Order: sequence, then C-alpha cells, then structure tokens
Amino acid sequence: MEHHIVLRVVAKLLIPIILLFALYVQFHGDYGPGGGFQAGVIFGAGFILYALIFGLQTTKQVISPSFVHGMSGAGVLLYAGVGVISLFRGGNYLDYSVLLSDPVHGQHLGIMLIELGVGITVAFVMVSLFYAFAGYRQIELRKQGSTKQNDVAQASDADPNGKRQ
Amino acid sequence: MVAIVDFALLAGLAVWALGIVHLRSLFGAAMMFGIYSLHCALIFVVLDAVDVAFTEAAVGAGISTVLILSTLAITGAKLEVRHSRAMMPLLITGVIGAALIYASLDMPLVGDPSAPANLHVVPRYLQGSAAEINIPNVVTSVLASYRGYDTLGEVTVIFTAGIGVLCLLGRHSRKRSRRRRE
Repeated sequence: MEHHIVLRVVAKLLIPIILLFALYVQFHGDYGPGGGFQAGVIFGAGFILYALIFGLQTTKQVISPSFVHGMSGAGVLLYAGVGVISLFRGGNYLDYSVLLSDPVHGQHLGIMLIELGVGITVAFVMVSLFYAFAGYRQIELRKQGSTKQNDVAQASDADPNGKRQ
Repeated sequence: MVAIVDFALLAGLAVWALGIVHLRSLFGAAMMFGIYSLHCALIFVVLDAVDVAFTEAAVGAGISTVLILSTLAITGAKLEVRHSRAMMPLLITGVIGAALIYASLDMPLVGDPSAPANLHVVPRYLQGSAAEINIPNVVTSVLASYRGYDTLGEVTVIFTAGIGVLCLLGRHSRKRSRRRRE
C-alpha cells in the first residue's frame, strides 16, 4: 500500500470521523438507533481500515496486541461488574434501579455503563480477530523462510501447519 | 408503491445470491457478499429495524468482508471448477425451500400487533419503558435493561468467539505446529 496516495489521504481523513461517529453511536444509543454493539463494530472497523492502509505492524504500534486482548476482556468485566455492584446495593443482579437513589437515573447510568462494556468488548474483539487473521499469514511466511509462496497454494486444505515438512 | 420497493429489494437480493453462485472468482464472490449484506441492511431499514440495519451494514458489509478476504489470503484458495451436475443437492434444496415457503404462509404478517410474539412481554415493555427507564429508544431499554441477562450472554459469546479464534490462529500457532512435528 506504499503508493496508493489517494487511499492513504482519504483514509487519514475518514478514520477520525469514523471513530467520532462510533462514539456518537455509542452514547446516543439511548435516543436514536445504535448502541454498544454497533458502536463497537464501527470503532473496530476504523482501526481495521487503518491496518489495511498503513500495514499491520504500524497498527500494532498504535494499539499493541496485549492491550487489545486485555480490553476485550475488560468490557465483559465492566458489564458483569455493574451487575455485581447492583447486588451489593441490595438489588437483583443487573437491576440498575438501585445504582443511584433515583431509580430512573440509576437505569440511565446502568444502561450507559453496560453499553460501554458491550462497545469495548466488541471493538477490541473485532480488532483482535483482524490481528489473528492478518498476522497468521506473516507467521506462516516467516516459518517458511526462503521457500517461495507457491507452498501456500499446496497447503490450501484445512490444515496448513501439518503439511509443511 | 411500498410493494414495488419491497419487491425490487427482494429481487435484488436474489440477483446478488445468484451472482455469488455463478462467480468463479473467489475475490469477486467475497466482494459480492459485502454488497449482499449492504442490500440486507436496506431491507432492514424498510422493515423499520434500523438498529439491525446498522449492525448488518457494519458487520456484514464491512468486517466480515475483510475477514473473508484475509482467509483467502491465508489459504491462497483457488476454486476447483467442476462441471458435473449434482441433481441430489438440487433436489434437497428445492424440497426444503418449498417446505419453508409453505410454512411461511402460516406465519403472522410482519409487524402484526396480534401476532403471538407481540402479545407476550412486548406490551409490558412498551408501556413500562417510559416510566421505568425513560429513554426514547425502546430497543435500547429492552436490550440493556429488561433483557440485560441476554445481552450479557451475547457479549460473553462474542468474547468467547474471539478467544476461540485466537486459540486457532493466534500467537500459539507456532508452538503447536512444532509440537506436532516431533
């Protein structure tokens, strides 16, 4: 992708807008269409677009794989943690009404937090899926060393690992 | 007018599906799957399911296309063109398709307020949402609050699926292949 100047310029313009739009979908989900899942997918797509244009290695410097893996768990923990907090405050699991003194405001806070959890998990699972798929080929190529790419065509059945000996 | 739009959208869906079947280039087929998903998103908009349309456009047309293309890059797959005619699969598909169409005649119409699915807990949610949760988007209040357990389950499924892909393709693949070699 070194020479695709149009793609690079357009991507640079679009990526901030995509990420901003994801945040809008995330926090406006109570009032319009959208919510954590959609926002997470859009947010992840922004990073995937970056990786497609500027390369996997550059993206891994922006957000490291271990950060991505950690955050995909953190979203689930945030969601489940809201449930545990509502248990401690004397309600049922995931009953947001007890989170604040006013039940309706508690519901608002609870929904915002769990949607944030959904968004974080979905966004970073999407990025880690992309890392896994895109990085797999690089590991394979490194393993082959000097052997040429036509090996890949041979190993096109389900198990590329077992074949190459 | 609405019927014409509906018909055109559904016919377009069939055209894309036939195109995918007939394409011999896997790259082209992957791109066409993206178009197919975008088309599905249009149909969801017509059905007033904007939240679903959102998801379909982002996941179906965006990320899954990228993942299918990455899979093509990993496997380097070439399509093996076979010219034999398989009558049995065609027969099975035809029979099952006819049965599904026959069954769909018994289904309630889309959006029918007296459909069983709309009489169970839906009235309770629609009436209670304004007083109990007080956010304009009832979809969000059902998903996040009334059905919070289900959504927690869904997020866990997404997380687990991510872990599964990492186990298969992730950083441990090198170690595993070495073990198999011994």
